[in-house]
Amino acid sequence: MQDLLMDYLPIVIFIGVALVIGLALLIAPFLVAYQQPDPEKLSAYECGFAAFDDARMKFDVRFYLVAILFIIFDLEVAFLFPWAVAFKEVGWFGFWSMMIFLGVLTIGFIYEWRKGALEWD
Amino acid sequence: MAEIFWTYVLPALIIALQSVVLMVALLVAIAFLLYGDRKVWAAVQIRRGPNVVGPWGIMQSFADLLKFVLKEPLIPSSANKGVFLLAPLVTTVLALSAWAVVPMGEWIDGTTLVIADINVGILYLFAISSLGVYGVIMGGWASNSKYAFLGALRSAAQMVSYEVSIGFVIITVLLCVGSLNLTDIVMAQKTGLASWIGVPWLTFLNWFWLPLLPMFVIFFISALAETNRPPFDLPEAESELVAGFMVEYSSTPYLLFMLGEYVAIVLMCAMTTILFLGGWLSPFDFAPFTWVPGLVWFVIKTCFVFFMFAMVKAFVPRYRYDQLMRLGWKVFLPLSLFMVAAVGLVLQLTGWAA
Repeated sequence: MQDLLMDYLPIVIFIGVALVIGLALLIAPFLVAYQQPDPEKLSAYECGFAAFDDARMKFDVRFYLVAILFIIFDLEVAFLFPWAVAFKEVGWFGFWSMMIFLGVLTIGFIYEWRKGALEWD
Repeated sequence: MAEIFWTYVLPALIIALQSVVLMVALLVAIAFLLYGDRKVWAAVQIRRGPNVVGPWGIMQSFADLLKFVLKEPLIPSSANKGVFLLAPLVTTVLALSAWAVVPMGEWIDGTTLVIADINVGILYLFAISSLGVYGVIMGGWASNSKYAFLGALRSAAQMVSYEVSIGFVIITVLLCVGSLNLTDIVMAQKTGLASWIGVPWLTFLNWFWLPLLPMFVIFFISALAETNRPPFDLPEAESELVAGFMVEYSSTPYLLFMLGEYVAIVLMCAMTTILFLGGWLSPFDFAPFTWVPGLVWFVIKTCFVFFMFAMVKAFVPRYRYDQLMRLGWKVFLPLSLFMVAAVGLVLQLTGWAA
């Protein structure tokens, strides 16, 4: 069998086995457990009240901001992976190139900090 | 036909068998770790903990499993049913599938005890643990309940915040190793500080926890936050959000969330072991420690890290949400960013870069 297939086939099979175990657990109670639903039981939990309105409501924009900042920094991390692996080969030139890149991102980070994007009050 | 069987079907069957063995061993181990977690928690609070099912209550987790399977499964009438049932499945399958690349020891012939020894192992783990947030946000949105929605939002923001500092910590380890393969990461910890200062038999000084101590601490705390573990269990904060994104779940969908969470926690313990505590390497390079198989050392170290997780849960009060975000973005992120640059500079100056 080809090397690549030999490397990654086990992962596919492993995920398959995990899926079987997960599905078996998920389906089991629908087959064996006692079920008697009624409208009260099936309504969304809201401390005993009937739900006032739909739960898909407006939410704080900060969550959105955190998600955007996460994308920037996670991409940065993804960019750092190959650099870290080839760290010896890229030498001082590679080191300073990445430091300049990190410096630019740090300036952006300081800007967002001063703008208050990281405040939660 | 016979050729296809010998080259494709038979290896696939062997891999499937290995996968089932590992999965069952993992789930049984988690059943006992869960029991251990509750016992540690109880001991700190001077309670007895679970002590009825089986001797000293050690069968408690299996009794819980039976109870969950026999409970009535509820799907709220206002919920988005497909996504509602998919969410716990996604959480558990993702958490379990990460274990395919975790190396746990060595066979006698020197090959690694692992399902898939891929050369981008740490990247795979990083990717899978990033996907974990999908289960949470799907569950919270599909429930169509205010508590679940708020819990899911909080949880998603918290998980992605600490994901970033975990990424930087992994980068510093990679700088010292020069490979994405998890076996190479463990092997890189065979030599180091101990031989340098002239005590080569104290091999535990070789491991990365000592030279990268600040990153070890950051990784441990970020792992707590990443897995929604106390003191960072805000998504589930019982006193305000009842159970966060899990509030509408009952029976095995709930069990799958809890299982996925604990599998992720034990995975984080195993990752701490591999990255900083030398994986399956023995802590002392003399008998009787060298006689113990690597797998045993790996399990002992993982259980030790899990014990620390359990102690933190018992000791530390819950964080407030703004404190949590402050810690992640204003303390850990600048610190780990600085450490990446500092470790890189030291490695280039001394020529230690691998």
